[in-house]
Amino acid sequence: MLRQLRHKFAAAALALLSAFSFAYAEEPAHNHEHKEEKFNIGEMIMHHISDAHEWEFAHGLAIPLPVIIYDNGLKVFSSSKFYHSPDATHEDHEKHIYPNKELGYVLEHEHVYRLGVDGKADKEAHVLDFSITKNVASLLLSAVLLFLIFTAVAKGYNKNKGKAPSGIQSFLEPVILMIRDDVVKPAIGPKYEKYLPYLLTLFFFVWINNLLGLLPGGANLTGNIAVTLVLAVITFLIVHFNANKHYFAHLVKPTGVPLALLPVMVPVEIVGVFMKPFSLMVRLFANITAGHIIILSLLGLIFIAKNLGGGGTGWSISPLVLIFTLFMNLIELLVAFLQAFIFTLLSSMYIGSAIEEHHEADHGH
Amino acid sequence: MELLTPAIGLLFWMLVVFVILVVILRVAAWKPIMNGLKEREHQIQSALDLAEKTRADMAKLQSDNEKLLAEARAERDSILKSAKEAADRIIAESKEKATVEGKRIIEDAREAIDNERAALLAQIKKEIVTVSLDIAEKVLRRELSDKSTQEKLVADLAQEARLN
Repeated sequence: MLRQLRHKFAAAALALLSAFSFAYAEEPAHNHEHKEEKFNIGEMIMHHISDAHEWEFAHGLAIPLPVIIYDNGLKVFSSSKFYHSPDATHEDHEKHIYPNKELGYVLEHEHVYRLGVDGKADKEAHVLDFSITKNVASLLLSAVLLFLIFTAVAKGYNKNKGKAPSGIQSFLEPVILMIRDDVVKPAIGPKYEKYLPYLLTLFFFVWINNLLGLLPGGANLTGNIAVTLVLAVITFLIVHFNANKHYFAHLVKPTGVPLALLPVMVPVEIVGVFMKPFSLMVRLFANITAGHIIILSLLGLIFIAKNLGGGGTGWSISPLVLIFTLFMNLIELLVAFLQAFIFTLLSSMYIGSAIEEHHEADHGH
Repeated sequence: MELLTPAIGLLFWMLVVFVILVVILRVAAWKPIMNGLKEREHQIQSALDLAEKTRADMAKLQSDNEKLLAEARAERDSILKSAKEAADRIIAESKEKATVEGKRIIEDAREAIDNERAALLAQIKKEIVTVSLDIAEKVLRRELSDKSTQEKLVADLAQEARLN
């Protein structure tokens, strides 16, 4: 029974992955029809990994999202007013510039600017853009998903009190236990429970968003520096709000370091304090973005081949590219888990080393 | 460079959504989940402890039983031993008593026999005397009818008396 289910699951996963590869493959294909002989792989990749004010699933199939800007008062309107603006010419579309004279704003490379008198973007005036972009929508979606999933798990514990876990509860329990027993507990020590809600949320947030990012048409949320910045800053704040005096004492006077080395060591220690969250931020961002870039580049090979040798070359190279893409996708599934795990592990270790009660020289680095 | 510049909007939304998510999940998910896990671990631990305790109890009970059995066996042995001793003693005592009684009965019997015999002898003597006297009387009555015979008799009697 279980084995059958596993086979079915594997088949479904495989089908999903190949569908994903095709979906990616199709998107630029459509683009290509519009922009004859002008396939630009760099632009295609940047388009896919950057944020946007609409959620494009395939070419021509896009959901407009609300634009919220603060410019002497809050203004809310649909992004279709930019993308389908009557004032945008064909050249404007080519250059990703969408002016709307009625609103007085222009969307230029996904940035909202005030429209100047010359009909160009006024880049001096600062317009704060709080739009529900593709990434924000994906963020909200993942938050709702996480809420639904984990309240269902929690319900399982109430329902199956004193019984074996069932359903989604038994699926996620090993993961929760792994985070608690193999990551948080050993890294933080006896006072781990206080930090567990944050670290569990962090792990599942990063994991689910990494996975959502792998879906066709998914947003590259965890590969966005703003998201990883917020996560890293929260970890940084938790570490330093809970750090004990040993931690701070260690910064200004590292134990076991000769006095002559202090002028060197103290700046190094202080830089280290900021390097830790910085490395957290960059690691997640770079790993996820790089994965997306690799997959997109592989798929882009098909269109490059087509540009070089015609449609037949494009087709003939496709099977090979497909195999590579499939392989990359499997690796990305691993990376999705691994990066969430590493982010959580390192956050736990930073917290653990800051609250550790000890009188010896050795701090965890 | 575009990729490395965090957008203010996403920063804002991310901060708000993530913090709210942590707060909500902490109450709605992590707390019940952790409590459930802890409760289950506690249950398993207490079940294991109970099993361990029961096993120890069983072992103790068994050793107690064995001890009890050994005690009972020893008691039985000692009871048997004392019973045997008592039986032996009683038998010995009875034997002695019986011997003494037997002796006494035999003694009594002998005494009685002796008495009987003496009485019998006396009776016989008496009978003999009576018979003798009767005979003597009759003889005398017939004898003494003539004088010589009387004299001869007196002489015989005198001789006889001397013999006694």
